[in-house]
Amino acid sequence: MKRLAWPAGILVALLLVNLIFTDHFFQIEIKDGHLYGSLIDIFRFGAPLILVALGMTLVIATKGIDLSVGSVVAIAGAMACLQISTLPSQDSIGGVLGAIGIALGLAVALGVGNGFLVAIVGIQPIIATLILMVAGRGLAQLITDGQIITINSDPYKLIGGGYWLTLPFGIIIVAVVLALIAFVTRRLALGLLIESVGGNAEASRLSGIRSHGLLIVVYAFCALCAGIAGLMISSNVSSADGNNAGLWIELDAILAVVIGGTSLAGGRFSLGGTVLGALIIQTLTTTIYSLGVPPETTLLFKALVVTIVCLLQSPAFRAKVFRSRRKPAPPTVPAGEKVTVRT
Amino acid sequence: MKTLALPRQLPGRLPRNYLPVLVTGALFIAMFTAGGIRYEGFATGQIILNVFIDNAFLLVVAVGMTFVILTGGIDLSVGSVVALTTMIAASLLPSTPSFLVILLVLAIGGVLGAAMGAIIHYFEIQPFIVTLAGMFLARGLCYTIGTDSIPINDPTFTAIAQTRIDLAPELWISPTVLIALAVVLVATYTLHYTRLGRNVYAVGGNEQSALLMGLPVARTKIAVYTISGLCSALGGLLLSFYMLSGYGLHAVGMELDAIAAVVIGGTLLTGGSGYLLGTVLGVLVLGLIQTVISFEGTLSSWWTKIVIGLLLLVFILLQRLIVTTGVSRER
Repeated sequence: MKRLAWPAGILVALLLVNLIFTDHFFQIEIKDGHLYGSLIDIFRFGAPLILVALGMTLVIATKGIDLSVGSVVAIAGAMACLQISTLPSQDSIGGVLGAIGIALGLAVALGVGNGFLVAIVGIQPIIATLILMVAGRGLAQLITDGQIITINSDPYKLIGGGYWLTLPFGIIIVAVVLALIAFVTRRLALGLLIESVGGNAEASRLSGIRSHGLLIVVYAFCALCAGIAGLMISSNVSSADGNNAGLWIELDAILAVVIGGTSLAGGRFSLGGTVLGALIIQTLTTTIYSLGVPPETTLLFKALVVTIVCLLQSPAFRAKVFRSRRKPAPPTVPAGEKVTVRT
Repeated sequence: MKTLALPRQLPGRLPRNYLPVLVTGALFIAMFTAGGIRYEGFATGQIILNVFIDNAFLLVVAVGMTFVILTGGIDLSVGSVVALTTMIAASLLPSTPSFLVILLVLAIGGVLGAAMGAIIHYFEIQPFIVTLAGMFLARGLCYTIGTDSIPINDPTFTAIAQTRIDLAPELWISPTVLIALAVVLVATYTLHYTRLGRNVYAVGGNEQSALLMGLPVARTKIAVYTISGLCSALGGLLLSFYMLSGYGLHAVGMELDAIAAVVIGGTLLTGGSGYLLGTVLGVLVLGLIQTVISFEGTLSSWWTKIVIGLLLLVFILLQRLIVTTGVSRER
């Protein structure tokens, strides 16, 4: 729980900043049987990022990384929209479900490909997934033929923009996926196995864990999450853009995971931290709008917050700055040849 | 992950160290020959020179990236720093002498790189995250300066942009190619004949061992990010000579091209093994793919990405094969 204190504190601080600048920020009301409010919006628009980041958490826990999720988002959205656009009736539920099945199947297949390269061939995860990150964008554009496919399908619209039981459907999907992951990794042994593979893949293989199969499953699951996020994003705008859908979402997702306290070195992970991290990033975007920061400086603001959050979480930074009360400015010129040996 | 058994650090010992570079070279020649057979007017020297002219900025950026990757790090900020450089140059040029602008942007690139290197080393945050923040920062600064494209009308810049250096009849290059080649030569000298170069390979081979050997790990790590920042700024200058404009959306995704060029050139992302010649060949292969696709005419631009992805896959599998056979031979 202590690990969650930093991200939680930052999230609360960001929300409080919003409260100062926006009246009724915390107000949630029910209109036409739907929940409305700024907080609900943060959840709703952050849902794809939370999903991608959850999948990414498991990958990072195995000491891996998946750069290809942005491309998978684009491919899944493109595939689903292409299938739906060929349906005789775009409102037929069976047809839409079929399209979703094909899109998610494709996403899982791509994830298995990633996992195969990492686990069986033994390529570094960052490069193995870089391949799909580069080629996948091209693949998504190939599927849409370079066009933006626009569809008009009510059942498909539900995934990203619809409501169910007064809640936005996206939030329900996230809650279901989160509950599933939490159950499988924290109530069953799977989480322990994933962490042990992240700690030392070879040692866990020797102690009888099928680390190869496990890695493939984890990468496939990450791609599945990205695929669902892709469906949400394309359904929200009722169109598929192979070029821009999910652009840079892999960076945001990795950031969310790191802000949430999961180390890129693998071996342990925090699902709650990841959700907090993704919410921080989404709240940051909302805050930027409500503060009236000009859109041009959005990235600047983001860079600043990311740097502060990462510095605060770095034990080395806390040790160097807070204990010795030195100025936080990092020395750009190394002081002599003094080298400390870490053990 | 299984730790990769790295080839020996010292260059020139084992022929298999050179194999990836040789394969990349062979691939380049094969692509060029195939293009020459398939398309009319392809197999001329000017086609190769054009690849250099169109990719001079990428070459410089990839050289900087090679240094970082050799130490086992990564620099995601290069594309944004390139864009920032074009933006600063374009906005300052009307009122400032061009040589001052050039010095200033190089200094900004170097300082940004050094700052990221210092944060990476002293605060022990992963290079991936730090340079990601640097990427956001530089791109954000671009938009703060302006969201529109700014044309460059400075006489020095336009003169460099329009100069053609004739090598032979119907063979010419631009001054930017000369600058890029000079950077490659200086970088090769630094990597292979100076202490800094040795340290770079040593830190990439095993940081802990380098530290225990008493090598200046801190200085080396900060130096490579500074070099990468400098190279990005220089690449940005070359891009502004080429485009004659500054724009916040220049060079989006260029970091991926640079990383791809380095990997295709046979440098291991785990660090400690690779050559600059490979990076040069990697950039040439990427450039030639684009040339082939433009000659083909009917192929859409997204095929470039798919082909680059497939090439990456082939090269990485090849490297993996070489490393594995190397290990079994040593045992």
